[in-house]
Amino acid sequence: MESTLDIFVKAIFSENMIFAYFLGMCSYLAVSKTVKTAVGLGAAVIFVLFVTVPVNYLLENYLLKEGALAWAGYPDMDLSFLSFIMFIAVVASIVQLVEMLVEKFAPALYGALGIFLPLIAVNCSILGGALFMQERQYSTILDATAFSLGSGIGWFIAIVAIAAIREKIRYSKVPAPLRGLGITFIITGLMGIAFMSFMGIKYTSEGTDKKADDKKAQTELVDENNNPEVGVNNNGE
Amino acid sequence: MSEVAEKTKAPRESLFSKKNRKLVTDPLTDNNPITIQVLGICSALAITVQVEQAFWMSVSVLFVLVLGNMVISMLRNLIPSRIRIIVQLVVVASLVIIVDLMLAAFVPDVSEKLSVFVGLIITNCIIMGRFEAFAMGNKVGPSLMDGLGNSFGYAWILILVAFVRELFGSGTLWGQPIFGDYIEGNGLYSIGYVNNNMMILPPMALIIVGVIIWVQRSRNKALIEDH
Repeated sequence: MESTLDIFVKAIFSENMIFAYFLGMCSYLAVSKTVKTAVGLGAAVIFVLFVTVPVNYLLENYLLKEGALAWAGYPDMDLSFLSFIMFIAVVASIVQLVEMLVEKFAPALYGALGIFLPLIAVNCSILGGALFMQERQYSTILDATAFSLGSGIGWFIAIVAIAAIREKIRYSKVPAPLRGLGITFIITGLMGIAFMSFMGIKYTSEGTDKKADDKKAQTELVDENNNPEVGVNNNGE
Repeated sequence: MSEVAEKTKAPRESLFSKKNRKLVTDPLTDNNPITIQVLGICSALAITVQVEQAFWMSVSVLFVLVLGNMVISMLRNLIPSRIRIIVQLVVVASLVIIVDLMLAAFVPDVSEKLSVFVGLIITNCIIMGRFEAFAMGNKVGPSLMDGLGNSFGYAWILILVAFVRELFGSGTLWGQPIFGDYIEGNGLYSIGYVNNNMMILPPMALIIVGVIIWVQRSRNKALIEDH
């Protein structure tokens, strides 16, 4: 199994919601005209993903999955066909709840996120997070939370980056038919290619393995340096 | 598909008036859901690696959008506006569950490849967008036509992108080899042709859609944005 940290880093970079799966593209394209609004929407997405995915994880594992109802005395029950409607109901109602709570207890934050919160119920990345969580079968709720937080941050980075680029590109000479939407698509494609380079990061299967590998590599390096024929001293002079 | 065709036959006279025809033809070009209204991109691009997947995705969206549009349009006077989003979501989610189970039953291999993206039809912005913009304020007939038009507009972009990506990315169409067998090296491959593996990667879908937008807007200057 992957470690929790791997899941987190992977969700931000190599499995970025926008660049690898195109989730939440609609609001990504519509709300990325200025950096300020992009930051607001990005923060709201991080927050909602962070809240909804763990809730859906509990729902999946204690209610919907095959055999999940064993605690209630129904070990043969498989309610997974209901998962779409349950997930979307959870997302929509949590968004509503969060909106009310934020309005009551943090009016300043509400002012900043206000208009974006209701939009988020229909943002593909939120439901996508829940469905990926279901498909990948994370073993603990901690892993699922790390995944949700990571994908939220990845989405945030993506939308803030494209908003910054779009603010600057206003001063460039883009061919008229490409202006606006067209060039945004192409830039996102190029950013996606750039993000693909993160796939080169080697994710270790277990933390201990990595430490052992590092130690081995270090001792090899030391051996090489101690060798009088090709050592550092010789090269230095 | 045939189910929908049967439904359109009965009230033919009123459904195919000039105004209703425009509802179908407009989304194909000048008001295309993907390239102009920028809706439904979320699940559209990820499944355009193969034409087959794109086709089944379009059929699913057609089913959900047409039926959903009709249901919402029938309920439009009963839905309190404060909770309309949740009502709409429940309607879509039930339709998507039907589609998902049907796909799993009749085309299991496609259903496996589409994985989470069938579920994501629920939050496909085309569907919510059309509910909000059209079905909530129009009668059943026009809503049906609007659903048809928008899903065809969605489908042809999807299939075009999938066509380019599958043809140049893996040298096949609908799983059938076009340029000869890559592994045996016959056909075009014998004279040194290689597949462009870049096409299979996600970013190329965005760039192809960008190019489609470019072509479309150079042909119709009225669509050009200021910035």
